[in-house]
Amino acid sequence: MKHKTFFWFFLPTATAMFLFIALPIASVVIQSLFTPHDQVLITVENCGPFGCREQVTVDTAATEALRKAQPLGQWAGLSVYLDRGHLAVNEVAAAWAGTDTMGQFMGRIQNLPFYRALSFTLTYTFVATPLLIILGLMIALAVNSLHRHLKGLAIFFSLLPMIVTPLIGSLILFWMIDSRGILGSGLQWLMNDPNLSLKAATGLTWIMLIVYGVWSSAPFAFVVFYAGLQTLPKDTLESAMIDGATRWQQVRYVIVPHLMPLVTFVALIQLMDNFRVFEPIVGFNAEAHATSLSWIIFNDLGGETRLLSSAAATSVLTIIGVAILLSPVLVRTWRDFNGKA
Amino acid sequence: MFLKKIALAGGLTLAASGASAACDISDGRVSIVGNEFPAIHTVAKGAQACSGGVEVRANLTADHQKINVAGMTGNPAEYTSAIIANSSIVALINEDVIRPLDDLVAAHGQDIQPSQLITVDGKIMAVAFMANAQHLVYRADVLEEIGVEPPKTYEDMLAAAEVIRSKGIMQNPIGGAYKAGWNLAQEFNNMFIGYGGEFFKPGTAEVSINNEKGVAALEMMKSLSEYMNPDFLTHDSNATNAEFRAGNVALMNMWGSRAATIPDADGVSQEVKDHMEIAGPMTVGGGSVPATTLWWDGWTVAKNISDADAEATFKAMKAGIDPSIVTDETRSQAVWLIEGYEPTAAAQGVFAALEMGSVPYPMLPYQGLLHSALGAELSDFMQGRESAEDALADVEAAYTAAAREKGFLQ
Repeated sequence: MKHKTFFWFFLPTATAMFLFIALPIASVVIQSLFTPHDQVLITVENCGPFGCREQVTVDTAATEALRKAQPLGQWAGLSVYLDRGHLAVNEVAAAWAGTDTMGQFMGRIQNLPFYRALSFTLTYTFVATPLLIILGLMIALAVNSLHRHLKGLAIFFSLLPMIVTPLIGSLILFWMIDSRGILGSGLQWLMNDPNLSLKAATGLTWIMLIVYGVWSSAPFAFVVFYAGLQTLPKDTLESAMIDGATRWQQVRYVIVPHLMPLVTFVALIQLMDNFRVFEPIVGFNAEAHATSLSWIIFNDLGGETRLLSSAAATSVLTIIGVAILLSPVLVRTWRDFNGKA
Repeated sequence: MFLKKIALAGGLTLAASGASAACDISDGRVSIVGNEFPAIHTVAKGAQACSGGVEVRANLTADHQKINVAGMTGNPAEYTSAIIANSSIVALINEDVIRPLDDLVAAHGQDIQPSQLITVDGKIMAVAFMANAQHLVYRADVLEEIGVEPPKTYEDMLAAAEVIRSKGIMQNPIGGAYKAGWNLAQEFNNMFIGYGGEFFKPGTAEVSINNEKGVAALEMMKSLSEYMNPDFLTHDSNATNAEFRAGNVALMNMWGSRAATIPDADGVSQEVKDHMEIAGPMTVGGGSVPATTLWWDGWTVAKNISDADAEATFKAMKAGIDPSIVTDETRSQAVWLIEGYEPTAAAQGVFAALEMGSVPYPMLPYQGLLHSALGAELSDFMQGRESAEDALADVEAAYTAAAREKGFLQ
């Protein structure tokens, strides 16, 4: 393709990416470096149905003047990044100095919000991603082997978990896995433990969220692999069969290598998506047991307190995390690209 | 009694003054955001009935606290009125998104009772229409069966729960809105107040909960949770009420605004309907101030809207709390701060809270930060993974970091 042609072809995408990705990221970075002005507090008398009392409140006139003078707030540099709600460098140092064993140290770290969220996020990402790839491949192979009249129906049902909106899907399952729900009660009966509840134990909640994540994302892997299977050369497969390859050997030596570029693609997409896990935590009311980076951002932005600088800092850290996660895949892709040129 | 005097005076005033003026909005925009319990639906419907040529829109959701500040910050604001309470109005005041109502009250609201006017520094910032509190809701037949009086203290509640369980009547007889986040934090607030705790060092934004009162509050909460559904950290008020309606719970600390309507749902057994009773809030640790907080609910008008929109909003919201909205059907939904209101049996919990000297939820600008920190940091303790002292230290550290970021602490 001529460079000129590519330029014009790419220009709309580049413009959209600049407007909707680059500029928002720049805005978030800037916001993470500023905090609101020091509050001007005054004591006033508040009255209502329960009588009057002296109470502290914000002096809105003085605050308005401060905001007009410096709309961005006050410069904070990296202090938000380093505070207890984020990288917590002081707290980590104190934990390191104050504990005797690695186990104790990790326990203290786990108690800090960012690392608590990061531990679930990373566990979820690195467990759910390979599992959903495997499950997606299994479904694709199974559907591909069906009689053509059954394929349409099987494809429809296989895609259902992806069609359902994640928040709605998790809300529905939330009631089913409740200790009063059909799945929750079934598990209690199966394990002969009337106090067993997926919502009551942190370990079980993590497993539940990961299973849900695999179930809801496997259709994406399935549809990609299924498409890839349609391009598999039949003669290669037939040669393998003639040579006496077993079903497993056919899959391992012929099908998987053929699909490997797609595995890379699915891994790329799903690492990014899973690192931003959020909807199941909200839908399952799981925040007592599992939080994620995205949940922290949501929690900071919501409610009456709106910690905008904190949310911005966590957003930047999430972007950095995604970049780190994807770097091996990108490096490999780049190397492959250079190798072929 | 304070509210009964209001109701009596209101009744006399009503008899003297006759019907209110007709509602006559002809111009402007009205858009309401608020919580979703029954009384607020009643107010929103009342406002929507006064529409004239103007559409009155209402977004009533449990997540109202997540969207009201954002929805009023834009210019023009998305929401022209937020229905709030004494805790949630603080965020609106902090962010300066609501306007003083003195002029509008003078022009259109002279028949609103003075006690309904919420003033901050002499300026009317909201109009209250109901009072609320958390108090005891219980199954009278279950307590009768075990020969126990309705508990007046949390210690008594624990003792009753143990008897109920040991007699095999219910496995988890205590219901609690202990969902991690806002609800869990509020239950701590209640218990801490019951033990006589003060959240902050007087006159400062420095938090002060990691002490024997805080520890005692947490230990009591942990003890109570051992008689709750194991999923208690995922149960908010709605889920807790569902457990009570299903007959799985005999004792709970529940909002007055929801207690009255517990039997009014499909599928509630006659047993629950016949024997659900309401009592005053409980005390704890030998204290005399109940382990609960007082709340008013009221409405505000956005700052970032035109004067015409503000006037239309004021008129609509005033119609929403017109005495005519209190009917036989709606009377029990709330302890209405509206003239002509006659208390129902369902109101006795909130009235008892007032009589016993309960304290209002604090309207401090940094209380919300502490509330959020409590909601985020108490889960580990409630699951037995952390000591009470460590949990409270975490809360204080989380609050301090947030307060520094927001400019309340240096």
